[in-house]
Amino acid sequence: MNQGPTIEGYNFAYLDEQTKRMIRRAILKAVAIPGFQVPFGSREMPLPYGWGTGGIQVTAGVIGQNDTLKVIDQGADDTTNAVSIRGFFARTTGVSTTERTEDATIIQTRHRIPERALGKGQILVYQVPIPEPLRWLEPRETETRKMHALEEYGIMHVKLYEDIARFGRIATSYDYPVVVNGRYLMRPSPIPKFDNPKMHNMPALQLFGAGREKRIYAIPPYTDVQSLDFEDYPFEIQTWDENCALCGAEDSYLDEVIMDDHGGRMFMCSDTDYCEDRRSQGHIGPLGTPQAAE
Amino acid sequence: MYVAVKGGEKAIENAHRLLAEKRRGDTAVPELTITQIKEQMSLAVDRVMTEGSLYDRDLAALAIKQARGDLMEAIFLLRAFRTTLPRFASSKPIETTKIKAHRRISATYKDLPGGQLLGPTFDYTHRLLDFALMAEGELPQAEVCEPQDEDLPRVTSLLNAQDLIEREQATDDEPVSDLTREPLDLPAGRDVRLQNLARGDEGFILAMGYSSQRGYGNNHPFAGEIRMGDVEVVIEPEELGFPVSIGDITVTECEMVNQFKGTEAEAPKFTRGYGLSFGEAERKAMAMALVDRSMRAEELGEEVMGPAQDQEFVLYHSDNVEASGFVQHLKLPHYVDFQGELEMVRNLRAEQAEKFRKAGE
Amino acid sequence: MTNHTPLLSVQGLGKNYGPQIGCTDVSFDLWPGEVLGIVGESGSGKTTLLNCMSAQLEPSRGKVVYDTRMDGASDIYEMSESERRLLMRTDWGLVRQNPRDGLRLSVSAGANVGERLMAVGARHYGDIRTVALDWLNKVEIDQDRIDHPPATFSGGMQQRLQIARNLVTEPRLVFMDEPTGGLDVSVQARLLDLLRGLVNRLGLSVIIVTHDLAVARLLAHRLMVMKNGRVVEQGLTDQVLDDPQHAYTQLLVSSILLP
Repeated sequence: MNQGPTIEGYNFAYLDEQTKRMIRRAILKAVAIPGFQVPFGSREMPLPYGWGTGGIQVTAGVIGQNDTLKVIDQGADDTTNAVSIRGFFARTTGVSTTERTEDATIIQTRHRIPERALGKGQILVYQVPIPEPLRWLEPRETETRKMHALEEYGIMHVKLYEDIARFGRIATSYDYPVVVNGRYLMRPSPIPKFDNPKMHNMPALQLFGAGREKRIYAIPPYTDVQSLDFEDYPFEIQTWDENCALCGAEDSYLDEVIMDDHGGRMFMCSDTDYCEDRRSQGHIGPLGTPQAAE
Repeated sequence: MYVAVKGGEKAIENAHRLLAEKRRGDTAVPELTITQIKEQMSLAVDRVMTEGSLYDRDLAALAIKQARGDLMEAIFLLRAFRTTLPRFASSKPIETTKIKAHRRISATYKDLPGGQLLGPTFDYTHRLLDFALMAEGELPQAEVCEPQDEDLPRVTSLLNAQDLIEREQATDDEPVSDLTREPLDLPAGRDVRLQNLARGDEGFILAMGYSSQRGYGNNHPFAGEIRMGDVEVVIEPEELGFPVSIGDITVTECEMVNQFKGTEAEAPKFTRGYGLSFGEAERKAMAMALVDRSMRAEELGEEVMGPAQDQEFVLYHSDNVEASGFVQHLKLPHYVDFQGELEMVRNLRAEQAEKFRKAGE
Repeated sequence: MTNHTPLLSVQGLGKNYGPQIGCTDVSFDLWPGEVLGIVGESGSGKTTLLNCMSAQLEPSRGKVVYDTRMDGASDIYEMSESERRLLMRTDWGLVRQNPRDGLRLSVSAGANVGERLMAVGARHYGDIRTVALDWLNKVEIDQDRIDHPPATFSGGMQQRLQIARNLVTEPRLVFMDEPTGGLDVSVQARLLDLLRGLVNRLGLSVIIVTHDLAVARLLAHRLMVMKNGRVVEQGLTDQVLDDPQHAYTQLLVSSILLP
């Protein structure tokens, strides 16, 4: 329940209504053309470019008084930038915030998709540093725009071919390119390729904001999203030999933590809410402690 | 047993408190006032206004104080504040012909109508650290002439009268774009390019201009005219139907005279570059004029040889708020992506070791 | 595509650079399987003409009509940019004088050959590689070099790779701009033999621009001689070279150094 913004002299969610309208128009265009990068008049925000201003502007464009917001970075709610962004929205909107994925209506994320499947009515907002999938191969914006318009994506497969010729496998581990709705080549932001399959046919709305590069794109609910590969070198996600040391999960993305100077290490779920939830349900890994049920 | 470290929120709060302490410094020393910054560090204020795209000396001074003197940080503060300001009107173009000049020089003529007026410039100072400034003291009075009444004729008008220089005219009837409202779109019109340069980082634009002088696409510049002074800002609200002056601002304007060019239809003429900044930011106005002209290389049929002539390169990398954000974002956690890379490298190494092992059998 | 339609029909083609004539008044038809040589000295307008015909440069006047597979005879400058670009990647080839301009130097030879296939939807790495190996063989590049970038190849090898990269989609029309320029005499000879073999086996139509009459004699069925932007003589290669009518052609022919 909304306590109201605590900051004086600013509009709800910081941006003025005209700007929010401009952003929503861009979002509508993006949803109408899945995977297509829509230019928008990104504003200077009180956080620096490169630190999530695109995601923040998208969230500011869609957030309402009755929303519940979750913000994560690297899958965790308590990393410093997630804390900072969550605090920003708390101050400027007064909306409830949460760490629980299932309770959130809007989830703003950097570099991860939550492990827990998202549902109809939820919105996932991704922070994007470089929106253009062809940027490394072709630095010119005028040329990449044409390539998208004419569906000239051969050069992307050349890169994958080269990887296989050189390394015996496709060497991209994050920000792995996908084709959306069978048409546009898209960068999903630096999420690990482990998360790519979650984007396919997701019941939630996925919005992508790049503030510095001034682009918004979207994947509407239940849209086809395919990661690029070759027929004989199909797309594969990462696997670990270990399970989460705290909750024992076998199916989540694991962070490596260095324990001591002798190379001792352990692995734990990157998604902190997922891990805590499992522990509260009694799943305890070798290094975990029982959690009180929430 | 491993305990995950929590408390990012507290850490951030404490970091902010520490920052405020550092900003204040030794409390035995008098606190810096906004007025002091405005008066005695006016060139810093000018730069922050120019690149912050906001003319307000008090706010710029506040930003400088809050930023502990880091001008890029101050520019960022001013830009973020600008985002929240409502728009009432667009002014008419300022009339620099009617400038009340504090300074006006030309390198292309020894003498010209209106004269060479040096104004408050570092140009002829000897760069010797003045230890007298460590103490506070009285200053000798400077001799200043009466401000002139007539308009100062432009050097470019003088050249124009003899048809020696290209005329600046709009190439279309499109309304002027606003780079602070719309994203950059290439190819960019001259209005957008000039806006981008005006708010671009002085160091970057200076380096680009410098590179063109050193041969990375030289266009033989001459400083046709530099004028610095006060101009009126005029709006014409629809309800009134007549122009209204809302105040004066100080600007510096630079017009460069560059390499001449002819076509089969027209005899050769000098070409131009244009620079404009708030306050006395003269170096910025000059650098901007150099780069403005360099970016017209393709339009003027010149071979593109250096980055200053590459519009996409200049326009995309000139904004220090964007650049600073992205460079510094590397400090944010990247451990999830890095984990992916670690795993990739480990696997590749294992596969290669396996290959060698098999080959050895 | 009927037997009565030329593969390429150039009509009144001309290009000006300001008051300067690049080329003017060029008209001819090219039939399937024909090789047309355009010869002249530098400044004759032959490169301008080639660029106008191959959609690299928009002409000032005239038409270039190509017999497309799907829609029959079409003016290439009336097509959308998308259709034109697709044409250039599939049905046409363009072999540039400097192979560095027509290759991706830092990407492997295999990827260079496979790119066009991937651009039109090939998605099986093994198959793409097989086709690439086959083409390396056809252009006499050692198959061991498939994973090497062409930056490490000799000039002759780069040129042969460029040819393979163009021919992999089995184009019907190939434009060549001084394909043997800058190569040693012995390397040239080898390349010309290769080209002649490929043209015959694949039934390609080729328009080849060259200042070297020996190259023209070896490859072209017909010749067009250009001077100052105009065609001064055209006809069957042997006729033009053995019995030149125009004074300029006579001059050109007589200045070939005899072995």
